[in-house]
Amino acid sequence: MTIFFKLRNWFGSGEPWVWLNAAAVSTSLLMVFGLLALIAYNGLGHFWPADLMEAELVDGEKKSVLIGEIRESETVLAQQIRDAGIHLPEDVQRVKRILLKQGNRDIYGLDFRWILDRDVVNKHYPENLLAIERREWGNLYGRLIGIKENGHTIQTDEPYKAMQSRLKKVIELHELAGDISGNEIDAINYRLETLRLKEKKLLLEDELRENVFLKKKQMLIEEERQSLNQRFIQLQSKVQKYYDKMASDSILIGIASGQIVEVPLEKIVQVTKPNAMDTLQKLSHYFHQIWVFVSEDPREANTEGGIFPAIFGTVLMVILMSIMVTPLGVITAIYLREYAAQGVLVKIIRIAVHNLAGVPSIVYGVFGLGFFVYFVGGSIDDLFYPEASPAPVFGTPGLLWASITLALLTLPVVIVTTEEGLSRIPSAIREGSLALGATKFETLRYIILPMASPAMITGLILAVARAAGEVAPLMLVGAVKLAPTLAVDSNYPFLHLDRKFMHLGFHIYDVGFQSPNVEAARPLVYATALLLVLVIIMLNLTAISVRNRLREKYKGLEY
Amino acid sequence: MMKFNQEKPAITVHDLNLHYADKQALRNISLQIPEKKVTSFIGPSGCGKSTLLRCFNRMNDLIDCCQVRGEILIDEQNIYHKSVNVADLRRKVGMVFQQPNPFPKSIYENVAYALRLQGIRNRLILDEVVEKSLRSAALWNEVKDQLDANALSLSGGQQQRLVIARAIAIEPEILLLDEPASALDPISTLKIEELIYELKQTYSIIIVTHNMQQAGRVSDYTAFMHMGELIEFSDTSTLFTNPQERQTEDYITGRYG
Repeated sequence: MTIFFKLRNWFGSGEPWVWLNAAAVSTSLLMVFGLLALIAYNGLGHFWPADLMEAELVDGEKKSVLIGEIRESETVLAQQIRDAGIHLPEDVQRVKRILLKQGNRDIYGLDFRWILDRDVVNKHYPENLLAIERREWGNLYGRLIGIKENGHTIQTDEPYKAMQSRLKKVIELHELAGDISGNEIDAINYRLETLRLKEKKLLLEDELRENVFLKKKQMLIEEERQSLNQRFIQLQSKVQKYYDKMASDSILIGIASGQIVEVPLEKIVQVTKPNAMDTLQKLSHYFHQIWVFVSEDPREANTEGGIFPAIFGTVLMVILMSIMVTPLGVITAIYLREYAAQGVLVKIIRIAVHNLAGVPSIVYGVFGLGFFVYFVGGSIDDLFYPEASPAPVFGTPGLLWASITLALLTLPVVIVTTEEGLSRIPSAIREGSLALGATKFETLRYIILPMASPAMITGLILAVARAAGEVAPLMLVGAVKLAPTLAVDSNYPFLHLDRKFMHLGFHIYDVGFQSPNVEAARPLVYATALLLVLVIIMLNLTAISVRNRLREKYKGLEY
Repeated sequence: MMKFNQEKPAITVHDLNLHYADKQALRNISLQIPEKKVTSFIGPSGCGKSTLLRCFNRMNDLIDCCQVRGEILIDEQNIYHKSVNVADLRRKVGMVFQQPNPFPKSIYENVAYALRLQGIRNRLILDEVVEKSLRSAALWNEVKDQLDANALSLSGGQQQRLVIARAIAIEPEILLLDEPASALDPISTLKIEELIYELKQTYSIIIVTHNMQQAGRVSDYTAFMHMGELIEFSDTSTLFTNPQERQTEDYITGRYG
């Protein structure tokens, strides 16, 4: 009986609620941090320089040598292995198997391989094993046999050092060549295309009329084209010279199967000896790899290299979206709250706006494609870019349409939060301003809007949070697997809203589920996911700090 | 019409009727409010005294279903005439509300707000007017070192004096005070009352109050209202010592209301 009463008292005191709430909060926090930790562990681990194992694989009578990184190991039921057609003794219940990244995809065909741990003997980690990151075909693992220059083997006491110093020069040349073809030749190509369109436009305009200036203009264009072409040829030969110089050196690598492979230095990104690194070297290599990941372009169907274009595309798209959605949403909210007569119509509009927030995003994507891309974009092309036809300029998915579609998607959030902010401002403040002879507009401009600005930024924060993570509509209106150029470059008009762009969210989908090399892509999916979360957090923190500053400035709303 | 022939009127009200939707809040109000004196409106809650006050600077315009008939003359101009610019009128007829409502800006910017609206950008003029207004509102000595501080950091009484300074910065002719001391403590109330006494040298002041002692202390003339009607209007001492109407007597002796 007493326990019953005690229990009843305990419930009556409200304490169980406190425990329940605390439990709910801690569960939520654990889930969030657990998720982030999982993503971070799987994604960031990828960049750590793994030890290279050399071992012998026993397959019945045959023995072969293996070199590679152990990526994963797991214990599975022996029956599962037997079902796959591999013979195992009867008494074995469970076996351990390992996933080996053996690299050398061009030679073996597969760069990842599952092997049974029991078949592997004589594991060791020799220091002279090299991990060679190539521009194509992924990593190569093996031993340095020799260095060749113009087809002749050269003698040196320290071949590894000699190779590294030659590689450094080659990489410098490669960067120089890349700069020329990436910037100057690109600019010439862009200019040539502009000229082509200009000429076509001239011809279209003067098709019917006899224009005396037409010939002259055409000649000018032709002259410019000639000079550009000349410059193009000059640059091309300069680049070719760099490539010729690079092509002279190569290295000979002895791989696990005993073959000797010749690898041209120009095909190599970097060469490391992971087994010989101490912790400090590994750490510096680790951070270097992370930096490469966030700052460079992707290679090999996005499974190698970096994801800089995707980060850039995501951030740019979100910024453009913010620039569009904030004024539009704020003005709408001001009209609905401050100017419109609060009748049935406004009520219906408000309900409609609230409901828009619940429309699935793919619907916005379809709408964006149908309305913005094909209708608006198509009309713009017909009116302003007839010379480009049949190639579309704005009548195709691109950055502008993606931003507008997402602005539309997030508009309800901005409207609703701004309206709430406006309605929270006490009427005494409005009356105070009006009583001083301010007009309604002046009151709005100098008193109400500054006070409501934290609420507007809150709306923006929510909009950014939603837009940055959105993928489905982007697949229809502008995100692509690989964009050849960034939307911002040094060619006039610098910001190219018609271009397609890469997006982190879409990148995750593409790398994770559309990639032919699943094992190579998986860590990148985690790393990209982590980066996407970080980008969203950064964007949000920026907006939050702005809001907090505004709040500090206009505090004292709570009376 | 209740009026005082010896005084020049600041506001003349003729047959004012006011409806909120289908409810009548003011009935046939006619009176003349003398210039450069303090006139107080007293009466029980809901008698229409605040509504009448808010007619003088057309603050009732903000209420959608509010309808006004009759006329109010200020400077021989009917303020409800179509040609009247409401913003101009409100510059001429300042108002202070029951709750202190400073803007979430600095003390300086609060006082300079109405001047800036008129396009005055000259820092010297602004400085001068801000100081003069704060002095007139008896607040200068307390805030002169913290003009850039947020106005909301002031105490309630200081905020109310700041709001008065803000109102007199543009030198209105008439100052409407809607229960200016009801949200304040006794000491702040006393300061506001002293301030009203000072301000009546320059401005015609109309004050709505619940507090009959306050009306007796600060005002030259007092109007008693009941159920939307003006019952009695005379000089304060007459109204309190020798009321002509039964209802007035009942109210001031505390028998009802």
